[in-house]
Amino acid sequence: MTSNQNILLSHGSGGKLSHDLIGGLFVKYFSNDHLDAQTDSAILGLSQKNIAFTTDSYVVDPIFFQGGNIGKLAVCGTVNDLAVSGAKPLYLSCGFIIEEGFPMDDLETIVKTMAEEAKIAGVKIVTGDTKVVNRGKCDKIFINTAGIGEMEEDKKHISFGTNVEDGDKIIINGSVGDHGIAILAARESLNFKSEINSDCVALNGLIGDALNIIGGIKFMRDATRGGIATVLCELAKSKKLGISIDEKNIPVKEIVKGTCEIFGFDPLYLANEGKVVMVVSQKDADHILKVLQAHPLGKESAIIGEITGSNPGKVLMQTEVGGRRIIDMLAGEMLPRIC
Amino acid sequence: MKYIDEYRNKELVLQIAGKIKEISTKPIRLMEVCGGHTMSIQKFGIPSLLPENIKLLSGPGCPVCVSSRSFIDHAVALARLPEVIITTFGDLIRVPGSTSSLDREKAAGADVRIVYSIMEAIEIAKKNTDKKVVFLGIGFETTAPASAAGIMMAQQLGLKNFFLLSSHKIMPPAMAALIDEGVKIDGYIGPGHVSTITGSEMYNGIAEKYQLGCVISGFEPVDLMQSIYMLVKQMEENDLKVEIQYTRAVKPEGNVKAKKLMYDVFELRDDWWRGLGILKLSGLKLRDEFSKYDAEKMIPVEIEKTIEPKGCICGEILKGLKLPKDCKLYGKACTPQNPVGACMVSSEGSCHAWYRYNREG
Repeated sequence: MTSNQNILLSHGSGGKLSHDLIGGLFVKYFSNDHLDAQTDSAILGLSQKNIAFTTDSYVVDPIFFQGGNIGKLAVCGTVNDLAVSGAKPLYLSCGFIIEEGFPMDDLETIVKTMAEEAKIAGVKIVTGDTKVVNRGKCDKIFINTAGIGEMEEDKKHISFGTNVEDGDKIIINGSVGDHGIAILAARESLNFKSEINSDCVALNGLIGDALNIIGGIKFMRDATRGGIATVLCELAKSKKLGISIDEKNIPVKEIVKGTCEIFGFDPLYLANEGKVVMVVSQKDADHILKVLQAHPLGKESAIIGEITGSNPGKVLMQTEVGGRRIIDMLAGEMLPRIC
Repeated sequence: MKYIDEYRNKELVLQIAGKIKEISTKPIRLMEVCGGHTMSIQKFGIPSLLPENIKLLSGPGCPVCVSSRSFIDHAVALARLPEVIITTFGDLIRVPGSTSSLDREKAAGADVRIVYSIMEAIEIAKKNTDKKVVFLGIGFETTAPASAAGIMMAQQLGLKNFFLLSSHKIMPPAMAALIDEGVKIDGYIGPGHVSTITGSEMYNGIAEKYQLGCVISGFEPVDLMQSIYMLVKQMEENDLKVEIQYTRAVKPEGNVKAKKLMYDVFELRDDWWRGLGILKLSGLKLRDEFSKYDAEKMIPVEIEKTIEPKGCICGEILKGLKLPKDCKLYGKACTPQNPVGACMVSSEGSCHAWYRYNREG
């Protein structure tokens, strides 16, 4: 693609420019048998009887941030939704809504990142769509991805948490809040710079390793918006079980901690894009922890708490200073302090 | 940023907790009057570390919570003017006014922007010379000097399109009024940030007149536990006085420069406090020589009649007379997602802090 060009309305009109854009950019980078055929629908062969199917739309602002961009999120987010269900992610669709005047170079950077991430995650982008809207009718670029994965029969229970019980251990694969702080730092108006990278990454490799320990993993959820606190609250409420966590065991980077102090945020509620909360059986907990820690994306994995029979529906946290408090769903927005 | 670890040392916290238990015999009620303390106390689970005879109450320490609905109504009316850009701290955006709020006005097309300081608002004014940029000035002695510095800056830059809508207040009149109202407490956990500016001397009168203990405290768990220990010791030894625990930030005389700046730009006026009504000389208005920056004077606007929400007991809660759970609306009609009263909106509000950290607990 030539540089210094901008997206025009005609790039989404279905005519010559659309055709050039698809061939010169999307097919060029995403190339695979299904996409290259340019059929109306991708025709996919699957080998399992259970299919996991998910979709998500990405509207992050700003679109480029330390450690990633909107395209990386769009691939990793959907791959992770499939992976935490216990499925093996295979195929993605990808829909772009682009604002007229969007720089072609930026689009190419985003598409290239998506292709790289898809390759790392071992998934194929097999179908897609592009729409261009008038300037001011969307904010730069929005991306929707949907994903399909195959699931073995004995993994079906994971999404529902059917087997979760008193005594199970809760594991997180590393430090929490990195993505939230990276996005905060990238917002222009804040005049605040930080070296923190978003943790945005596809987790199917890491999860795949742990899933090999048969029956060990009883529940998984990626801790995105609302952070790990929200995941734990939802689990406690839906299973009518108690959860007890220990603040001192939850990995939080020093810089994230410090930034949270300044802005009045709580790292437990900050968004992550590469963190999975796992509930695992007590007997397999240490084994799974070792497997996770052996993977590059799980080096800092830690057991942060357990499922309890007491206090059903509630998440209780032992604070770092030995106090006790209830963790609840994110209450409204996380707002900056003024006093 | 590493320094916080030392003030969150678990062994030290538990050691102080042990000492408190050791010396504490009387039932005592301590009140914090700073939203930052309210947050920390709940966040670290401080009440669970104290013996039953020590009760902690939250006072009127959240500026958003004590401000009147008419302040929000005024901001809403300004926001509706097409030539106005409202700049505000995030906490105010969702606070309900009588019939609207700033976030609703924003959704309806008003230009409302969240800023982290008045300096950011000044930048916006510099870039939008065809608009009137109004900064909503809220907070106690902590934020008022910054607003004063902003006004000085606007003057230096010769800005003609920058205005302040002041709801700034000072803390001591409220601390005295609470006791006059019959609120039963034995001591104050004195506000750390406010006192960094004001110093501790200004509390001497209150402590003496009302026979109260007062310890100016920092915000970390070790700070709070040590302050509580100092207060308990005062009560047990019957030696009531003003002390500073937060010595790394607070001096008896305070920040003289900031205080001077504040009173160069502002003067005291009678002001309305939720739960306490009108308190003599408790609010800060721009002095006449700065009235060209005063949104109240320079941007005439019709403000709707204030309607207070039915059933909301924010006022009683701010005085420490009732707990959030005593309110019929709490957790039902009034939640952080759908707040009725201001105390549920601000992250420093008692109801919000309760809801977030301590619900049913």
